[in-house]
Amino acid sequence: MNGSIRLGEIAHARSGDKGNHANVGVIAFTPEGFRYLGQVLTEVRVAQYFLSFRPTEVRRYELPGVGAYNFLLFNVLGGGASRSLRTDSQGKTLALALLEMPIPAPPPADLDCMRRQQPKHNEATSDE
Amino acid sequence: MKTIRIGNGAGFWGDNLDAPRRLCEGARLDYLTLEYLAELTMSILAHQKSRNPSAGWVTDFEIVLRDLIPALRTQPGLKIVTNAGGMNPQGCAAAASRVLVEAGMPDVAIGIVTGDDLLPRLNELSHEGETFAHFETGQSFDSVRDRIVSANAYLGAAGIVEALAGGARIVITGRVADVSLTVGPAAHQFGWSFRDWERLAPTTVAGHLIECGGQCTGGMYSGWTPEIRLADIGYPIAEISDKADVTITKPEGTGGRVDVETVSEQLLYEIGDPAHYLTPDIDTDFTQVRLTEAGPDRVSVQGARGSSAPDKFKVSVAYQDGYLVSSTLTVCGPHAVETARSAGATILEKLRMAGVTPARTNVEVIGAGDTAPGLPGERVNPWDVVLRVSAADPSRAVLDRFTCEFAPLVTAGHPGVTGYVGGRAKPRPVLAYWPTTVSRGHVQAVSIVRAAREWIA
Repeated sequence: MNGSIRLGEIAHARSGDKGNHANVGVIAFTPEGFRYLGQVLTEVRVAQYFLSFRPTEVRRYELPGVGAYNFLLFNVLGGGASRSLRTDSQGKTLALALLEMPIPAPPPADLDCMRRQQPKHNEATSDE
Repeated sequence: MKTIRIGNGAGFWGDNLDAPRRLCEGARLDYLTLEYLAELTMSILAHQKSRNPSAGWVTDFEIVLRDLIPALRTQPGLKIVTNAGGMNPQGCAAAASRVLVEAGMPDVAIGIVTGDDLLPRLNELSHEGETFAHFETGQSFDSVRDRIVSANAYLGAAGIVEALAGGARIVITGRVADVSLTVGPAAHQFGWSFRDWERLAPTTVAGHLIECGGQCTGGMYSGWTPEIRLADIGYPIAEISDKADVTITKPEGTGGRVDVETVSEQLLYEIGDPAHYLTPDIDTDFTQVRLTEAGPDRVSVQGARGSSAPDKFKVSVAYQDGYLVSSTLTVCGPHAVETARSAGATILEKLRMAGVTPARTNVEVIGAGDTAPGLPGERVNPWDVVLRVSAADPSRAVLDRFTCEFAPLVTAGHPGVTGYVGGRAKPRPVLAYWPTTVSRGHVQAVSIVRAAREWIA
C-alpha cells in the first residue's frame, strides 16, 4: 500500500453545466497518467466522491487523443442555471473540487512519469 | 494553401466590452465572431421584446460596433458574424445600421438570418405532428405549454453562408448553434459542401474551442499561476486553411495563454458524449482529436472526424417557473461558521412563525466550503464568512416577505452579523429550460441582405 495522492498531481480539469447535469473533463498530464486514471478514476469512485450532490448517474467517456476522461454527473445542479438556489449553479467549481480527490498512489517511479513533464512557458523563457 | 483567421470577441452576453476592439487591433482578422446567446438568454430577450417591439436583441452589440468603426474603416477585409439578433435580428440590424450611417458608412451591407423563432408556430407545428416532448425525460409538452416564453430552433451555418454569399459584411442572426458562427464563414470562404465532413469536423472543433472567448486562452485554466496575466487576456483566434488545418492562437503580446493545457480544457468544456458532438451541421467525433504546440501561444488541432448531422434540430424552449431570490449577510467572529448557520436557520424559523414557507430554500455559508457542499477536504475556521440564503416559490409575495427577514438580524440577531447593504433583494422571475427537438423539414433559415441605409429607411 503506497497511500494516496491528489488527482491534481497528475491531471488538470474543467467543469460546466448541461442543463441540470454537470460535466467534468479530466485531462492527464501524460499518456502514462491517462492509462493509470483509466484504472483508478472509475465512475463508481467519482460518484462516491460527489455523493453529497446526489448524482442519479455518473458516466465516463474517453478522449484518448488528448488523454482525457469526460465525466457526466446527472442531476447534480439543483435545477440548473436558472432554477438552482446554489452559488455555483453552473457547476464551475466541480473541476477544482475533483482535482482534490485522493486516488491510490502509483509506484514512485511511475508517478514521476505522470506529473506535468514540460516546463511552463515562463520557466522556459527564463532559461534563455 | 489559403488560410483565414476567425477571432471570437465575445463568449456570452455580458462579456468584456473592449475585447472585440482589442482583438481586431491586435490581429488581422478575416472574420470577427461575437457569441452572445446562452441557453436562457433568448427567454430574457423574448420578455424584453414583449414589452417593446423594437427590443429583444443584444444591446451590447451596439456599443461594441461603435467601438469597431475604426477597424471596419482601416481593414476592408474584416467581416463580423454575430448572433446578437436574439429574438429580433431586424431590430438589431436597424440599430447597427444607425451606428454605421452616423459613422458615414451607409453602404455597408448587413445580412440577417431568421427562421429560428418557433413561438408563433407552435400550434401549427403541433398539428403537423411535432410533440415537443422533453428531450431527456420524455415529459409531455402540455405540462408547460401555457407558460412558454420563447421557443427557438438552433439553426446551422447555411443561413450565414447565404448572407455572406449575398455580400453581407455584417451578419446578424437569431438562434444559431454557437459553432456555426465559425463554420459559416469558413464554409463560405472556401466554398465547402455541407457534406464535406473531413473539413467541417475540424472547423466545428475550432468553433467549439473559440466560442467561449477567453476561456480558451487561459481563462478559468485550472493550472493558473500568477505569471498568467488575465487583465489584458487575448481572445482566441482560429486559423483555418482551405484543407481545414486548424491552429488556435491569440494576438501577440496579450495576456492569457494558449497551450495544450488551456486548449484541452476548453475542448472538454460542456460536452457530453465526445464521440457525438451534435450541431445542426454535423455529428463530430472529438475522441481522436490531438493537440500539439506549434509555437508560442499556438496550438494545432488534428484528428477530428465527422458524419451527417441528426435529422432533427434542437429546440430551446423557456417557460415561466415562479420566482427566485437570494440575499446575503456577512458574519464575523471566532465562531463565524456556526454563528452563520444559526443565523440562516433563524431566518427560516422566523418565516415559519410568520406562516410563510417558500417552496424551496437553501442556506450556504460561503467560506465554509458550501460551494461544494459535503465534499471531503480540510476546512479551516475562518474569521468571517458570507451567509447566503436563497428561496424559490411560485408566488412573488412569499419571496418579498422572505427578503424582509435579513435586516432585522443586524440588531436582533447574532453577534458579528454585518454587511446588510443595498436594501431588500428583489425576487426575479425564473425562466426554466425545456430542451426538445423539431424535424428539419419544419425549419428553414431565411437570410436578407441590405445596405445599412436601407435597414433604417
